[in-house]
Amino acid sequence: MEFVSPEGLRLDGRRPMEMRQIRAEIGAVAKADGSAVFEMGNTKVIAAVYGPREVQNRSQQINDQALVRCDYSMANFSTGDRMRKPKGDRRSTEISLVIRQTMEACILTHLMPRSQIDIFVQVLQADGGTRSACINAATLALADAGIPMRDLVTSCSSGYLNSTPLLDLNYVEDSAGGPDVTVGFLPKLDKVTLLQMDSKLPIDIFEKVMQLAIEGCKAIANYIREIMLENTKQLEYRRGI
Amino acid sequence: MLHSKTFVKKTRGGKVNKQVREHYLRDDIYCGAPICKLCDSSAARLSPSASTILVLDTNVVLNQIDLLENPAIDDVVMLSVVLDEVKNKNMGVYNRVRALCSNSLRRFFVFANEHHKDTFVKEMAKESKNDRNDRAIRVAAQWYQSHLGGAARVLLITNDKENKRKAIAEGISAETIESYVKSLDRPDLLDLVVQPSSEDVEMEEVEDLRPSKRKVIFTEHKPMSEITSGLHRGIYHQGKLRVNRYNPFEAYVGSESIGDEIIIYGRTNMNRAFDGDIVAVELLPQDQWHEEKSLSIADAVQGSAGDTNAVSSRPSGCVVGIIKRNWHSYCGSLEPMPMPAGSGGTAHALFVSKDRRIPKIRIHTRQLENLLDKRIIVAVDSWDRLSRYPSGHYVRTIGEIGDRDTESEVVLIENDINSRPFSSQVLACLPPLPWSVSSEDLANPIRQDLRDLRVFSVDPPGCKDIDDALHCTALPSGNFEVGVHIADVTNFVHPGSPLDDEASQRGTSVYLVERRIDMLPKPLTEDICSLRSDVERLAFSVIWEMTPEADIISTRYMKSVIKSCAALSYIEAQARMDDSRLMDPLTTDLRNMNVLAKKMRSRRIERGALTLASAEVKFQIDTETHDPLDIGMYQIREANQMVEEFMLAANVAVADKILKHFSLCSLLRRHPSPTREMLEPLLRTAAAVGLNLDVSSSKALAESLDRAVAVYFCSGDLSPPEYHHYGLAAPLYTHFTSPIRRYADVIVHRLLSASLGIYKLPSIFQDRAQLTSIADKGPVYLTARSEKGGGEWFVDEQQQKIKKMDGSLSYSVLQTVRIHMEVVEPQPNRPKLQLTLT
Repeated sequence: MEFVSPEGLRLDGRRPMEMRQIRAEIGAVAKADGSAVFEMGNTKVIAAVYGPREVQNRSQQINDQALVRCDYSMANFSTGDRMRKPKGDRRSTEISLVIRQTMEACILTHLMPRSQIDIFVQVLQADGGTRSACINAATLALADAGIPMRDLVTSCSSGYLNSTPLLDLNYVEDSAGGPDVTVGFLPKLDKVTLLQMDSKLPIDIFEKVMQLAIEGCKAIANYIREIMLENTKQLEYRRGI
Repeated sequence: MLHSKTFVKKTRGGKVNKQVREHYLRDDIYCGAPICKLCDSSAARLSPSASTILVLDTNVVLNQIDLLENPAIDDVVMLSVVLDEVKNKNMGVYNRVRALCSNSLRRFFVFANEHHKDTFVKEMAKESKNDRNDRAIRVAAQWYQSHLGGAARVLLITNDKENKRKAIAEGISAETIESYVKSLDRPDLLDLVVQPSSEDVEMEEVEDLRPSKRKVIFTEHKPMSEITSGLHRGIYHQGKLRVNRYNPFEAYVGSESIGDEIIIYGRTNMNRAFDGDIVAVELLPQDQWHEEKSLSIADAVQGSAGDTNAVSSRPSGCVVGIIKRNWHSYCGSLEPMPMPAGSGGTAHALFVSKDRRIPKIRIHTRQLENLLDKRIIVAVDSWDRLSRYPSGHYVRTIGEIGDRDTESEVVLIENDINSRPFSSQVLACLPPLPWSVSSEDLANPIRQDLRDLRVFSVDPPGCKDIDDALHCTALPSGNFEVGVHIADVTNFVHPGSPLDDEASQRGTSVYLVERRIDMLPKPLTEDICSLRSDVERLAFSVIWEMTPEADIISTRYMKSVIKSCAALSYIEAQARMDDSRLMDPLTTDLRNMNVLAKKMRSRRIERGALTLASAEVKFQIDTETHDPLDIGMYQIREANQMVEEFMLAANVAVADKILKHFSLCSLLRRHPSPTREMLEPLLRTAAAVGLNLDVSSSKALAESLDRAVAVYFCSGDLSPPEYHHYGLAAPLYTHFTSPIRRYADVIVHRLLSASLGIYKLPSIFQDRAQLTSIADKGPVYLTARSEKGGGEWFVDEQQQKIKKMDGSLSYSVLQTVRIHMEVVEPQPNRPKLQLTLT
């Protein structure tokens, strides 16, 4: 199948190096300590963060750092009828773990010993790249909750179809079965905290594809920073400073 | 710069479901005209002086592709909506249009109107998909008109009356393809224009006037919905129609639903289906099934055990609908006919294809007098149920009938062999000429300097593409160092380059009697890669140390530089070996090699290798005219066998090496052991002459091996016991020794150099299916392999005798017969060779 036309347009009209339209909103769940909605094209994800709070299950308490927990789920209405397994399946367990590890790597857990941070992410609408969108939403929600972090971790995926590296795959491109690289990145520290790939790639091409995903992460980081700045200004304005 | 717009799409497969896709509209899509001031013209494809820019409708592209390929039609804007529709309807046409759009000599520009913010149109309520697309085409044409201002005339070409009317109402100039071509004033182009199907146009007008003349000949095809439901209920059967090569009125449809072949007799039952079409067939009631005619020779020769047993009641059927057409263009000539009275006007002519399976095709032409004695190519357009023959249009002329060049061109076209000259992009990949081994090559640590070795090549006389050379040195220990040196083609053909793509497309060099169609451009095959004598050349070498008993002690693989000291022909080499007076070092080498080769050969035959001595034919060619004069058998000498033996050994050694390093993606060659069924006919024949064959010994079975053809495979796909090459009795085998003329060898060269750590493995090796499909562009039969007899002969299976139906003649196996051979011409311009028993 032709995913990139000879004119250099993808199926949805993007060029290979272009991301889908992104949109973010802070404070979607009033009851949570921090929350955010993050959209990448038709992928829409909501994240809510509770904590740092008292550890619910005493046996899990860690004495020198905070316990981070993550729960990923997909709303039943998120896929139309793409028939994915509901909650608790291997796929969502794996993604929960991936998100937890990525977030743990940037939260300064040692500052909050004997406490617990819960991150809930739910996919409201899925169109490829849910894992990246969830990480981005979780970052915003953590920042909103005021949890100390090393940096804003952002994530973006990229793939390689028709011998072209493509940024930010949508569902159609994702299900083509080609290589699919997801990167989690700390833009200020210039460090990669998450790297996953499906399928195989020769190493030199892999480097190109990964570099593209990193560029995507940087672009998302800039956008997130803008959103947070905007949010802070609003807060200032409400307080009348 | 991104506008996001989501829209809704429905239906997929059986069920209806809603799909949401993003659709980005852009403002950075340019018009492609260099005269435009607003757009970035770096990627412009239209000519700067274009007075008229054509915008084509989908149906024009689908039907008139042959016309579009003519260089007279240029400055065309292809809209992406048109390309998408063409892609959905006919992939073949789509590929041809894409080729046109990427051809740098043609001025075809693809305008992505669906993603341009000004030309995207949303489907309106109650508007059909087709109407929306037509509107999109009009909107795009209008955009071009206003965008370019008065700089060029934008002309919408459509054959749809309604579309044309609306276009003119909206202020776009529109014309039909016919009127446009007429305005070009090129009568030869008019032949390329496809006439609208007579059913659409003539039905109303003609039928009233001459009702008696328009008889319905064929039954109507069932609508697609009925076919699908019929297939579901098991009334209809789907399969590919194969027309009998020797009797075009008989066809078979291999159906999975019955598990047997359905026979279709006669054109009426075939109902306008062509060879290769996917058709839906309905079985006839059992009483109409044809009685199996007495077993003709044709059947006996085909005779796989299955159809000789269950012949009594083979189902026959008739075609009720065509699911997918396999129409393409055909080679042939016009049926001779008297010139119509007024020349210059249009004439109807019947076209007779070289391929007998294709029915005659009716064409319109304005240049009848030019075409009558020519071989031409014709494409089929339609076949309505009122006409006995399909209608088509003239595509191009190949040349005069009977002319040697024309007829060889026909053979090439019929076998789908690309004989076009190499493109400039391909030639740009060649190193500059004159080429010689550079000091860099010599200094390269991966390349060993073997120039001081006494290397020589042995080939057929007059061979210019020498891809192998040998050497043999006696070592002080009494052992021999034997080397096979193969032209280092991969040093010049880099993976992914246009040269490499072209070579993989061609797959192999094709040898005709008087010419050769190269896989690689001539400078490479005949000069740079050819291991000619007395010049330094790059090679890929396999070097063994062998005991005098021809046991291999060690094997080394390396890239090298060699300097051949002699390019011998087989005859010369043989003469040198036979002449006992000659004692020069070269001759001694030859003799040593021959001794080793004989030992290797006898050992191989002991293991059960078959000597597949399919007789090769040699042509004597007139030195002046290059016409073949005489045919003789190719004589196999000891020298041939000697070279062959070492080439086999090199192939086996390389197969071993690459499999060790790349156990999942090596390209090897296997020859599956024949099954008992395949050998059945042979056993019967042998029994008739009183021979009792032991099937388990492979030696005597060379004949039946024609059926189990050796194939390429990728080592990850099969289990190791299946790697076996039956014919050569080798556990592993591959092709390494002819990289100049076979692409499989190029792949193996890359694998070998990767296994030596010289280069990295290109990514294509990840793709196994592609690997074997490229390599399997296998044997090309330039003539039908066996011409079969007619129906008047009868084969007696038990006694293995052939009798004439009237009992006047009878032959048994291995009986000598006299044959009368003559060239007859039953139909004009279709001469054929006729063999009759006397």
